Amino acid sequence: MRRIVIVGAGLAGLSAAEELRRLGHDGDLTVIGAEPHRPYRRPPLSKHPLPRAHEDVAFGSADSLRANWVLGVPARRLDRRRRLVELADGEQVAFDGLVIGTGSRARELPQALHRGLPEVITVRSVDDLARLRGQLQRRPRVVIAGGGFLGSELAGSLRELGLAVHVVERARLPLLRALGTDVAERVSRAHRERGVVQHLGRVVTELLGADHLEAVRLDDGTTIPAELLITATGSEPNTEWLAGSGLALADGVLVNETGIAAPGIVAAGDVARWPHPWDRSARLRVEHYHGALAQGTHVARTLVHQAQRYDGLPSFWAHIHDLRLHSVGFTGGSHRLHIVKSDPDGRFLAEYRHGGRVVGAITHGYVRDLVPYRLTLKETA
Amino acid sequence: MHVTVDRSVCEIHAQCVFEAPDVFQLDDDDELVYDAQPAQRHRAPIERAVASCPVAAITLVEA
Repeated sequence: MRRIVIVGAGLAGLSAAEELRRLGHDGDLTVIGAEPHRPYRRPPLSKHPLPRAHEDVAFGSADSLRANWVLGVPARRLDRRRRLVELADGEQVAFDGLVIGTGSRARELPQALHRGLPEVITVRSVDDLARLRGQLQRRPRVVIAGGGFLGSELAGSLRELGLAVHVVERARLPLLRALGTDVAERVSRAHRERGVVQHLGRVVTELLGADHLEAVRLDDGTTIPAELLITATGSEPNTEWLAGSGLALADGVLVNETGIAAPGIVAAGDVARWPHPWDRSARLRVEHYHGALAQGTHVARTLVHQAQRYDGLPSFWAHIHDLRLHSVGFTGGSHRLHIVKSDPDGRFLAEYRHGGRVVGAITHGYVRDLVPYRLTLKETA
Repeated sequence: MHVTVDRSVCEIHAQCVFEAPDVFQLDDDDELVYDAQPAQRHRAPIERAVASCPVAAITLVEA
């Protein structure tokens, strides 16, 4: 395989590129990125202290890849028959092997709702971060729409800066679906104790202010005066450019258990939808750092070396106020949550069980206890 | 082969412990302890640990 093209200059694309070089691929390696930046870490963008600029979060390893970087131009189309990727500016890039790692983007409020108001932002990229930092100079009152990982972490980081923060969450608890009731209650308590005002079971229905945001109205009529609204209501996979390519798309690019989407084409990271390791009726799209890292490495091997089953387990971490959450395996409200141990300082270790067996674990403060879970979950996956 | 961990950066994500448990461990207080001069046979897991550290706190240099 002489020419390998990686579409997506995020963590999945970078780790695929690194693995390709490690495996001895010395042909052309082209990395195409929609953003104008070389790969960087996204997790710090919502954590305190907020990074200042791209240099603070860039992966230094990107510079030694001997890759051809095509940045600031998204891919527009995949022509599988001619084995070409077409860019938004019309340029065509030929490949023998293709890695799809176009990630996901923040779900935005409907245009009718945000009307292009400059104080309505998302926090997904370093350019978003620059906008956020610009807005924060005016010390705004902040509403965060969405109490998931991003919204909850940002709420903590902005409270550290002493700003007034309201979180509007559709579910009855923040992170309920991702973590289950017991852990979600701990997150909610942390918000309360740190002065984040939570509007649970509520959604944003109207933004007030003609040219600038003045207030946010909720479905129960509550009006929250605010000068900044951060949208953190989840994300959607970037697959539009693959329409008409013949690849199977359904909330992501469908891949087999080795990461293959089609002959000579693999996908990794937020955009890839994998077979579930033990539930044959389900598929899995993982939007965490470790997934992008491990999948990127794996699909590089699949592409040029040997196609093996991916057996990586989901794993994430989150910093929400004083909570330092770490997980391995499968978490979520659809599994039964069992607290293994906890102490008065708020440390806890919890297991997620499904169909009588342990499928995941999460902790604040007992990180060491996750190590054996990781080993046994890997064996049973 | 010499391993260093930048303690000012490390946030105890424990990914290194998952990848290379013979080299990186957590003590009773969840503090990281590690073998700074590991044997050559641990190279592959250490390289995975370096790559998987979310805050890039681990450096591996040749002795």
